[in-house]
Amino acid sequence: MTTSGSDVTVESVVRRVVADHRGQRGALLPVLHAVQAELGHVPQEAIPVLADELNLSRADVHGVVTFYHDFRREPAGRTTVRICRAEACQALGADGLVSYAREAGLTLGETTADGTVTVEQVFCLGNCALGPSVEANGRLYGRVGPARLGSILNGTV
Amino acid sequence: MSDASHSAAVVYVPRDSAARSVGADEVAAALQGAATRGDFAIDVVRNGSRGMLWLEPMIEVVTPRGRVGYGPVAPEDVDGLLAAGLLDGADHPLRLGLVDELPWLARQTRVTFARVGITDPLSPADYVEHGGLKGLRAALDMAPSEVVAAVTESGLRGRGGAGFPAGIKWKTVLDCADELKFVCCNADEGDSGTFADRMVMEGDPFLLIEGMTIAAHAVGATEGYLYIRSEYPDAIATMREAIELAREQGWLGQGILGSTLDFDLHVRVGAGAYICGEETSMLESLEGKRGMVRAKPPIPAIEGLFGKPTVVNNVLTLTTVPVVLADGPQAYQDLGVGRSRGTQVFQLGGNIARGGIVETAFGITLRELIEDYGGGTRTGRPVRTVQVGGPLGAYLPESQFELPMDYEAFAEAGAMLGHGGVVVFDDSVDMAAQARFAMEFCAEESCGKCTPCRVGAVRGVEVIDKIVAGTHRDENLALLEDLCDLMTDGSLCAMGGLTPMPVRSALAHFPDDFLGGRRLLDIHPVNTRTEGTV
Repeated sequence: MTTSGSDVTVESVVRRVVADHRGQRGALLPVLHAVQAELGHVPQEAIPVLADELNLSRADVHGVVTFYHDFRREPAGRTTVRICRAEACQALGADGLVSYAREAGLTLGETTADGTVTVEQVFCLGNCALGPSVEANGRLYGRVGPARLGSILNGTV
Repeated sequence: MSDASHSAAVVYVPRDSAARSVGADEVAAALQGAATRGDFAIDVVRNGSRGMLWLEPMIEVVTPRGRVGYGPVAPEDVDGLLAAGLLDGADHPLRLGLVDELPWLARQTRVTFARVGITDPLSPADYVEHGGLKGLRAALDMAPSEVVAAVTESGLRGRGGAGFPAGIKWKTVLDCADELKFVCCNADEGDSGTFADRMVMEGDPFLLIEGMTIAAHAVGATEGYLYIRSEYPDAIATMREAIELAREQGWLGQGILGSTLDFDLHVRVGAGAYICGEETSMLESLEGKRGMVRAKPPIPAIEGLFGKPTVVNNVLTLTTVPVVLADGPQAYQDLGVGRSRGTQVFQLGGNIARGGIVETAFGITLRELIEDYGGGTRTGRPVRTVQVGGPLGAYLPESQFELPMDYEAFAEAGAMLGHGGVVVFDDSVDMAAQARFAMEFCAEESCGKCTPCRVGAVRGVEVIDKIVAGTHRDENLALLEDLCDLMTDGSLCAMGGLTPMPVRSALAHFPDDFLGGRRLLDIHPVNTRTEGTV
């Protein structure tokens, strides 16, 4: 879906998503998840529309979008790789994975210039007995060493 | 060897996300492939995990003698296993024996996890056949106040960490006169080292639905919310599917199981905020707001979700309730020690040879968990410390490994049992770095509402850096002590209030790490082969 430079598209998506969630109590989070699922991120243009639809101030909506780590203001790369850095994975060398990504020229929280991959950190994927853990495009990998991380980052796993 | 002319052999392959993370889907596909080609008659059933996670993917074949396990199975092992007679439970280097008799499992007391790994999580028939709904049926025959009394009598305390008696919370909600009340399940299991909530949601989702429905009957609620963290996509999908199935079965909705109880349940997905595991933050998030903590009072039992009386319990609390009702409070009460009654689901993670789920009565020692069940570190190096109870829990040195797992004993030792997560570290760990991480994590995840947590955590990182660098060490150690006091006493919730616990315990037990006196080692994880060493 292309949304570049087209407010109408963002607006229509947002209004339709809100309509789908009309019956729910306190629906802003499910609405934001749905908007992001369709558009890949929550664009700035969505905020006034959400405020209007949900009878909230723009500041309220902006505050919610920026509070939660999951909501993106910019599109992510084609592959999103999240490296777990919580204690259980630290105990098995998660920091080594972060160093590996850094040496490969990837910065945590950023997308590569060619838009292929976004690398992020995450605190706990619930796979604490099989760490270090990495998640790529919603798929969980356990017992990940640097070589395997390399394959995940290249999209060859 | 079986062939297609015989009735199909049932092979269980876990669908648990930990098992999937090390190849369970590929193993299932390989088995399915052999069946599709007509080489073997196999009925692949995706179960939950038995919780012996170092053996995953662990598959089980049903034989006349019982379920025989093999693991850890790689997809490329499947053809050889089939050729060797897997479907008859034949011998093979990966063969573990009868799963129910494996010592690691056999000596546990599985109450909440009784069905996890045994049944097909999304089969209502399997659920009922294995004792599901007994608790709910018993509860529906009782008046709400009797259900509350049974829960109180069982001694069940909230498993989310704080350990507040569940029955007392329920009674407060029951005593409120409001028409609209809610039951909220906090499934924002964000603590590192904890994964039991995820496993029970993926492995026995109807149990959670049953527990929440019993809670609804007990307090007079008609609506329930299940708040699951977004990092758990498999749990979200499983619970959503289970709720649909439960509605079709008449286990949710109007007139549940032919009674007068109306209750419906909705899944809400978090958005990557650790603080939303704090109950009042979770309520704010459910209301569509920033997940900022609320000052208490008012307590959520009286003014909770949308200002209405609300039961907020953790997954393990609610999944224990059906058992309490089915077997009676006394049976549950009989397990445990002191004021810690029943069982706790301990989760062994981090640098551990045999990580997974150990459900057993309270009172087991830390050493038994780490050494007897866990088998020491995965790297084979000596254990240096364990962190118990999540990122806000204490780091304990070996001298404290005789501590019994008991809320009060841990509190007395300056630690907390929390959610029962045990994270093991070997001797390569740098404890100053772990203390710094605790502050860094708090700074990253603080909701920002109160100053001690928001600013204190940032200051904490700076002060620890100065101590490690040797800058005015004594003054900065005093400052860190002062800062920890302030955060403990002045924070609104457990995030800021407990962050000093890992910091102080690291400083108390491993002072040398802060003073630059210790040469730090690199961590080199090794791949040890652990097959068959149950």
